[in-house]
Amino acid sequence: MHLNEKPVLSVKNLVVRYGEGCPHCQENLEKNRCSVCGSVWAANDISLEVYPGEVLGIVGESGSGKSTLMKALYFDFAPTSGEALLRDYKDGSKNIWDASSAEQRMIRNNIMGMVYQNPVLGLRMNYSAASNIAEKIIAAGSRNAGKMTERATELLEAVEILTSRMSEAPKNFSGGMQQRVQISKALANNPAILLLDEVTTGLDLSVQSKVLDLIRKIKAKYGISILLVSHDLAVIRMLADRTIVMLDGKIIESGLTDQILEDPQEAYTQQLVHSLI
Amino acid sequence: MEILVIKDLAKNFYLHNPGLEIKSCQNINLSLEKGQFVGIVGLSGAGKSTILKCINRSYLPMQGEIIYDSEAFGEINLATATEREILYLRRYEIGYVSQFLNVMPRTTAKEHVMSALLDMGVTAAEADDDAKEMLSYFRLPENLWDLYPATFSGGERLRLNLAHAMVKRPRLLMLDEPTASLDHKTKILVKDMLKKLKDKDTSMLGIFHDLEFMEGVCDKVFNISEGAFYGES
Repeated sequence: MHLNEKPVLSVKNLVVRYGEGCPHCQENLEKNRCSVCGSVWAANDISLEVYPGEVLGIVGESGSGKSTLMKALYFDFAPTSGEALLRDYKDGSKNIWDASSAEQRMIRNNIMGMVYQNPVLGLRMNYSAASNIAEKIIAAGSRNAGKMTERATELLEAVEILTSRMSEAPKNFSGGMQQRVQISKALANNPAILLLDEVTTGLDLSVQSKVLDLIRKIKAKYGISILLVSHDLAVIRMLADRTIVMLDGKIIESGLTDQILEDPQEAYTQQLVHSLI
Repeated sequence: MEILVIKDLAKNFYLHNPGLEIKSCQNINLSLEKGQFVGIVGLSGAGKSTILKCINRSYLPMQGEIIYDSEAFGEINLATATEREILYLRRYEIGYVSQFLNVMPRTTAKEHVMSALLDMGVTAAEADDDAKEMLSYFRLPENLWDLYPATFSGGERLRLNLAHAMVKRPRLLMLDEPTASLDHKTKILVKDMLKKLKDKDTSMLGIFHDLEFMEGVCDKVFNISEGAFYGES
C-alpha cells in the first residue's frame, strides 16, 4: 500500500436522471423524485475514488442508487452527466463515458469485471462454463484455443468449480455455482477493478461464506480493486476497507468501514446499523 | 520521547432517534512515551474504550487532537488524518486488540494470524513461520491451527486475537481488556509477551480489569474519571 498511488477509479459528480428535469428539481426532490416535473434522480452528484487493492463498500436501501452507479460504470446505460476516470484507460485523462463504443467495449473486456446480482445478466446460461470465460477472452482479442482452455481451467479451479463440470452449462448449476462462474468470467482478462453488485444476495449462508472467502482470496491473490455493493452489513464489515452510504440517489455518509458501523453519524446510517441482526 | 499525545479529546454520541446526546469522554489529556505502557482505569461507561477507539478512529473524535509520531508520516493528528492514512497506519504501525474476535468465514486460525503479516507484505513462508511461533507461544493446541475459529472456546478465541495483534509487533498497541476471560497461566503468557514487545520499543495503552496483575509491565496509570495520571511504577 502506497499513499501516493493514483486511484484505479475516480467518479466525479455522476448524475443519472430519468425524465427531462426542471430548474427546480434539486429544491423539490421528495426522496429522489421531483414533485414539479416528476423526474427521478437515480444517482445525484455521486463522487468517489477506489484505490489499488482496496475494497470500497456501498450500502443503502433498495432504490438508493447503488446498482445505478454500477450499471453506469459498466456502460449498461449512459449517465445524464458526470465523469469517470480509469487509471488504466488513457492514464486517467479521459472520461470513460465520452469513449467511443469500441473503446467502451475494450474497457468492459480488459479493465473492468462485473458480477451482477442476477447471474442471468452476466452469464450465457446455455453455453458451457468454459465457453462463458472463453467468450470474454475472445472479446479481448485472443484466439489461442489452448490458452483459453488453460485460463478457463485455472479460473474455475480458483472459484472451486470442478473442472469435470466446465463443459456443463450454468443453467444446470446452483445459484452459488452460477455466481462463482460469473466471478471467474469477470476475472478472465485480469481486470484492474471488479464491480460486485449484491453477489451474495439470495444465497444460503454456507454458499455465501464460500463466495465471501473467494472474494477475499481474489483480492489477496490478484491485488485487484473492488467496488462492492451490498445491503448486507455483515458482508461489508468483512470485506470493505472503506464504505459509502447511499440514500435517495445521494451519498450521505462515508468513512472507514468500522467507523461507519460503530459510530454512524447520519440518522439513516444509524437506523441501518441498529437494524443489524 | 513521546509517541502519542492526546490533547483535550472529547467524544459524544448523538442518536438521531430519539434525539439524544450521550456524553462519553471529555477533556482527555494524556501522553505516552516510546516503549512505555500506560494503563487506563475507570468505572464501566467512563469512556475508557472510547479513548482507544478514537485513537484507532473506529470512533470519530468530536474535539481535540491525537498526535501520533508515525514512522511513515512524522507527527500526524489521528483525529483528522485521511482514511487512507489511517488504513496505512493500521496495517503497518498501529495494532488494536479487543475481547472480540472478528474473522472472515472459512479462514483458519493460522491464516487469521498470517493475514496480519501478509497485509504488511511479508512473504507467505515467513508469515507461516511467525504465525506458528505466535500460536505456539499462546499455547493454542496445534490441532486447532488449521480449523475455523467459529467453534473455538472464548479463551481460545482471545488467544487467537492476541496472536493476530501481536504477531506484527506494532509500534503502538492498544489493548481493550484482552485478558478478561483468560486463565491465570495464559494471563502470565500475555504479560510476558507484553514485556517482550516493550523491550522491542512497542508503546502500549491498555485497559485491564486487574491492573495489579500488570505490575512490572505498566509504567503509569491514567484514571479517566479524574482525568489525570496516578501511580507510577
